[in-house]
Amino acid sequence: MLWARDLSHAFGAIRALDGISFTLDRGQTLVIFGPNGAGKTTLLRVLAGLVRPARGAAGVEGGRRSIGWIGHQSQLYGHLTVAENLRFWGTLYDVAPPDLARRQAELLARLGLEARAGQQVRTLSRGETQRAAIARALIHDPPVLLLDEPFTGLDRLAAEELGRLLGELAARGRATVLVTHDVEEGTELASEVAFMRTGRFLAYGPRAARDAATLTAAYREVVGGA
Amino acid sequence: MRDLVRHAWLIARKDLQLEFRSRTALASAVVFTALVLVIFEHGRDPTAVPTIDLAPSILWVTFSFAAMLALNRAFQAELENQALDGLLLAPISRTSLFWGKLGANLVFVALVQIVGILLFILFFNVPVWRIWVPLLLVSALATVGFIAVGTLFSAMVVRTRFAELMLPVLLLPFLLPPLIAAVAITVKLFAGRPLSESAGWLRLLAGYDLAFVSLTTLLFPATVTE
Repeated sequence: MLWARDLSHAFGAIRALDGISFTLDRGQTLVIFGPNGAGKTTLLRVLAGLVRPARGAAGVEGGRRSIGWIGHQSQLYGHLTVAENLRFWGTLYDVAPPDLARRQAELLARLGLEARAGQQVRTLSRGETQRAAIARALIHDPPVLLLDEPFTGLDRLAAEELGRLLGELAARGRATVLVTHDVEEGTELASEVAFMRTGRFLAYGPRAARDAATLTAAYREVVGGA
Repeated sequence: MRDLVRHAWLIARKDLQLEFRSRTALASAVVFTALVLVIFEHGRDPTAVPTIDLAPSILWVTFSFAAMLALNRAFQAELENQALDGLLLAPISRTSLFWGKLGANLVFVALVQIVGILLFILFFNVPVWRIWVPLLLVSALATVGFIAVGTLFSAMVVRTRFAELMLPVLLLPFLLPPLIAAVAITVKLFAGRPLSESAGWLRLLAGYDLAFVSLTTLLFPATVTE
């Protein structure tokens, strides 16, 4: 579904990726933990095809169309309403109008944004904007999800709801790569775990630890007390 | 080809929708046009140089600088919430993104030119109504190639620190050929000469448009890929 082979990339003297390789099958969720500057976002951008790596290669089954992306920013237009944004992005992904209306209604209901559909994005709160960004990423029902700190800005209830939604998507065969600096986040979702620092996977494999506390201890041991 | 045009239309429509909602660049360009025309009208001695001799230069200098204001905003909206990443990730060709931006810029500049012409008639009392068809043709020919180059440069500089300064510096040398041709044709039109007398200048404008629309279409994908 998704693969990376020996990915390396640098920004000037700073090595952002250094020999990253992995494969992800249908229904698997790889959660990558790492401190700020570890190269997590660069890895996602390379996987999405937004950055061409200096060495190595990456691929997604079905190409760009298959990717749902949540980045640090919402990728929404502030002067358009939530519904207009979803229609714009859905149409760009060639979602047929009846399917688009249905997907939009489902996502807005699921993410608690029904009352905000007609509101311009610039007037939403931080958490609402993040939920609208999640709806945007899922509007074309992508088989692969690339998520960069997706819980940022969400309150506890919204974060729990997003966790449930991502769990359901994985159960329906979606492959997900989620990066975060917070070991508390996303632990429950992970089928695979990687600890990342200075552009390298220091540890990578199926999630052995059952709970966040055990994983935090392992993370501190491997990455170094971050 | 059909998808290319459809996606370009979606991008252009979205850009125009954003501009008509925010009205920031449109208002700036119209106010700028009005101010420049007022300054020229009151800053000259009407007994020294006849209006009809000065009018073509004033008209085209005003149009050119107002167009730069429009071009500056072309990619700004895409940076606001990193929507440009979303567009680059979407299953649309870079060419449709460029054509969409070019289309929106042309509509935007055409609107500014219409307002500019009306103000020009008001301030300078030049009988534009007698030559409006050839003047429209000259405006279109003089604008297309220049705006294509401007759209490309706008994409190139938008991520730089001094984008608003860089754009005019890069663009002005490319503006000279169509500006000189447009002024030369307009001088003849205002003097009551037929358009056929400016066939050479018209060929230059058409050649410039063909060359630079083709070249910028080819170069654009490289400017937005990291």
